[in-house]
Amino acid sequence: MIKVKVNGQQRDWDGDPDLPLLWYLRDEIGLTGTKFACGQALCGACTVIVNKQAIRACVTSVSDVVDREITTIEGLHPTGDHAVQKAWRQVNVPQCGFCQTGQIMQAAALLMENPKPNHDQIREAMAGNICRCGCYQRIENAVHLASTGV
Amino acid sequence: MNVITNPGKLRGIERRVQVEKISRRGILKGLGIAGGFVLAAPVMTRQAFAYKTGAGDMPHGTVADPRVFVAIASDGTVTIVAHRAEMGTGVRTSLPMIVAEEMEADWSRVKVQQAHGDEVRFGNQDTDGSRSTRHYLLPMRQIGASARAMLEAAAAKRWGVPAAEVKAVNHEVVHSATSRRLGFGELAADAAKEPVPNVEGLKLKNPKDFRYLGKGQIGIVDLRDITVGAAQYGGDVTLPGTKYAVIARPPVTGGKLKSFDATDAMKVSGVEKVMEVQGWPWPSKFQPVGGVAVIARNTGAAIKGRDALKIVWDDGANGKYESTAYRTQIEEAARKPGLVVRKEGDVDAALKGADKVIVGEYYLPHLAHVAMEPPVALANVKDGRCEIWAPVQSPGGTREDVAKTLGIPQENVTVNVTLLGGGFGRKSKCDFAIEAALLSKAIGAPVKVQWTREDDIRNGFLHTVSAERIEAGLDKSGKVVAWRHRSVAPSIASTFAPNAVHQAPFELGMGLIDMPFEIANIQCENPEAAAHTRTGWFRAVSNIPRAFAVQSMVGELAHATKRDQKDMLLELIGSPRIVKLDSVKDPWNYGEPYDSYPIDTARLRRVVEVVADKGGWGRAMPKGHGLGIAAHRSFVSYIATIVEVSVGAKGQLVVHRVDTAIDCGTFVNPERIESQIEGAAIMGLSLAKYGEITFKDGKVQQGNFDDFPVIRMDEAPLITHVHIVPADADAPPSGVGEPGVPPFAPALINAIFAATGKRIRALPIGKQLET
Ligand code: FES
Ligand code: FES
Repeated sequence: MIKVKVNGQQRDWDGDPDLPLLWYLRDEIGLTGTKFACGQALCGACTVIVNKQAIRACVTSVSDVVDREITTIEGLHPTGDHAVQKAWRQVNVPQCGFCQTGQIMQAAALLMENPKPNHDQIREAMAGNICRCGCYQRIENAVHLASTGV
Repeated sequence: MNVITNPGKLRGIERRVQVEKISRRGILKGLGIAGGFVLAAPVMTRQAFAYKTGAGDMPHGTVADPRVFVAIASDGTVTIVAHRAEMGTGVRTSLPMIVAEEMEADWSRVKVQQAHGDEVRFGNQDTDGSRSTRHYLLPMRQIGASARAMLEAAAAKRWGVPAAEVKAVNHEVVHSATSRRLGFGELAADAAKEPVPNVEGLKLKNPKDFRYLGKGQIGIVDLRDITVGAAQYGGDVTLPGTKYAVIARPPVTGGKLKSFDATDAMKVSGVEKVMEVQGWPWPSKFQPVGGVAVIARNTGAAIKGRDALKIVWDDGANGKYESTAYRTQIEEAARKPGLVVRKEGDVDAALKGADKVIVGEYYLPHLAHVAMEPPVALANVKDGRCEIWAPVQSPGGTREDVAKTLGIPQENVTVNVTLLGGGFGRKSKCDFAIEAALLSKAIGAPVKVQWTREDDIRNGFLHTVSAERIEAGLDKSGKVVAWRHRSVAPSIASTFAPNAVHQAPFELGMGLIDMPFEIANIQCENPEAAAHTRTGWFRAVSNIPRAFAVQSMVGELAHATKRDQKDMLLELIGSPRIVKLDSVKDPWNYGEPYDSYPIDTARLRRVVEVVADKGGWGRAMPKGHGLGIAAHRSFVSYIATIVEVSVGAKGQLVVHRVDTAIDCGTFVNPERIESQIEGAAIMGLSLAKYGEITFKDGKVQQGNFDDFPVIRMDEAPLITHVHIVPADADAPPSGVGEPGVPPFAPALINAIFAATGKRIRALPIGKQLET
């Protein structure tokens, strides 16, 4: 039995401890905001925050995150109004939207570490997150907006 | 009774729970009862259009009945059905917004309800070909206008005044003479009893009174859900007892399963069953290719189980497909005469008599769509019925194919369309939904089939590979007098018919036979090319290689004659005119009547001029920088793009600025047009810089974003400007989703040439700039 804490809620997992956290979140506890797109830590669609750091849930085992605080998009802000989420809506970032929860989690983690990133820092920090629809210009602007308010 | 008074509450977890009990049909019905418009038997109306589109020729045509698309609850909530699939273009917002505009509904009180697949009821739902706005602007306006007229008639009756004295304004009907007003909710029940007005007699709003159309002020309806993780994509719906499956498919197209050993797979924690999945022989249309399914308690276990399978495949006839050899083969074919598909004047004589002949040979490899969401579907087959939740571009087609495959009537199949995490043409094919249905039927439980990224890249319907060869003959003055374009590429038709070796009219019509240049002697040829893998529609399809070849050739001609690229382009486009395609057997024209959607070179010239002006064509460039331009008409829209690049000493490519001008006729949501064009630049850069799928021993050699990279933020264009060219008031709407892609790569390549003097003729660029 493994104890996992997701969005502040303590849970028990009695299945395979090596199960990637992504599938635990999606299929076992129904938190589907975290997405699967590559399974190899290549795209960032599955990004969640563990102890203030963005991690890729597709290559992280459930047993790796025992005793850690896992935050998924569903738990980023109680009413969905984190500065990053608000900025995303203000800039109309998404096209299909599929990558966006991962992008938002990555951006939120970036701002925890560096509250005022410049454009180069944003582009570098967000480069691990693919958006096939190509919303990069708006993502960059939204991260900037979330960090500066303008 | 199944009454839902507030459909807006059906979100996230709540919606997931509800979804099991209430089919989409139930929801619609419920709305009808709760609101005013009781859904009547489907009424199919083929509309008389103010301008003609090809909408009526699509399977099941269009339906413009307000009773099918609009419901009003007594609290005033207006529910509008979105019958096309949302894959990122914004159509789930744009089409309902057109209805709301015409019916004078207040957008903040509108809920959008996604239609399930039912083309008899809703009209054609196949969301591809950049057709949604083009085919539905007018029908949606008619639906809204009908609803408005019915509300006005109900109010007039209630007050005992002539209908002409009342007017719907922002969610209420007003009788200004007596200052009386009634909300839409109060009128709903009575309005539903009014007859649906005759389309011919409808009064559409004057565009100058539009509140939403053409303004771009409204965010997409799913914006909030997307940002909080509540938006539902294909993999996000679950039913009680759902089993999770992944499938090992034949690595070679047309290959078959010989044998498998599941011993180790069955030992994986969470794996419950391993079984063969039925496959169809090649060409298999949209049917599954078969393989071995691993079914488990979650997807992670299924993937691990699949890794442990031991499988022996019979590769079949395509086991020798090899990309390097195939490239040589099609390039050779392009050097020999082929089937003539357009002929004006005498190109042989003109080339022979030319002062100078410039030859350009271009090669573009296979591409994979890699929509961010790989194919995924949930199916529940039970008691002779099947319900599906899937991100499909064509829910009607999916319903038909699933019914046929399971051998049950279509009425017993419900296809619920989730949001699509990107489509780009891949999700026009419903093989993944059929797989889920087959497995659910076999094990008697709901089954979710998840494709991994590797599956997506290795077992998809790839963009074709092609060799393009253009010979241009110039006279002494440098004027182009002869143009021969040969295009050699396996056809999408090969997915449907064995031995299809020529391009279909819809492929020839994408940049080959519709070439707009004013040249006295033109000949287009299509030599044979056999297919060795499944090919399918990829955003902009054959326009990608054709625009690349034609617009690269413009750059080559400009260089050879020492002219400015833009001037050369305008000279080739020639005088403002309607291009005549008399020598073409089937000009196709994107399925649109030529009268409403001709090739109008005045419009093509205009986007070139606009982009040159707004994009600062001819501005001074720092050292190592260059500007390139390209223009292309596709999906009956006109686009021109300018790219500014710099190339570093070690070949590092930076895209500093992109300017694109688009004329897509009358438009609905400029903000979404901008996002589509911004995205098209990224997709264009991805395919130009990296895009290449290769085969060896019949197998795709790539598998994920490491060996099939796409552009990331750190190499995206620094800025993309979109210039929407306003069209004439009566210009019919045209495509937006796809046309942005084709001109990007040639504009980029022309810019690289301007910066470095290096002409790239084969994509991707890869390491070509490093040497
Ligand atoms: S799915 Fe985890 S990084 Fe792509
Ligand atoms: S919005 Fe579609 S992948 Fe990013």
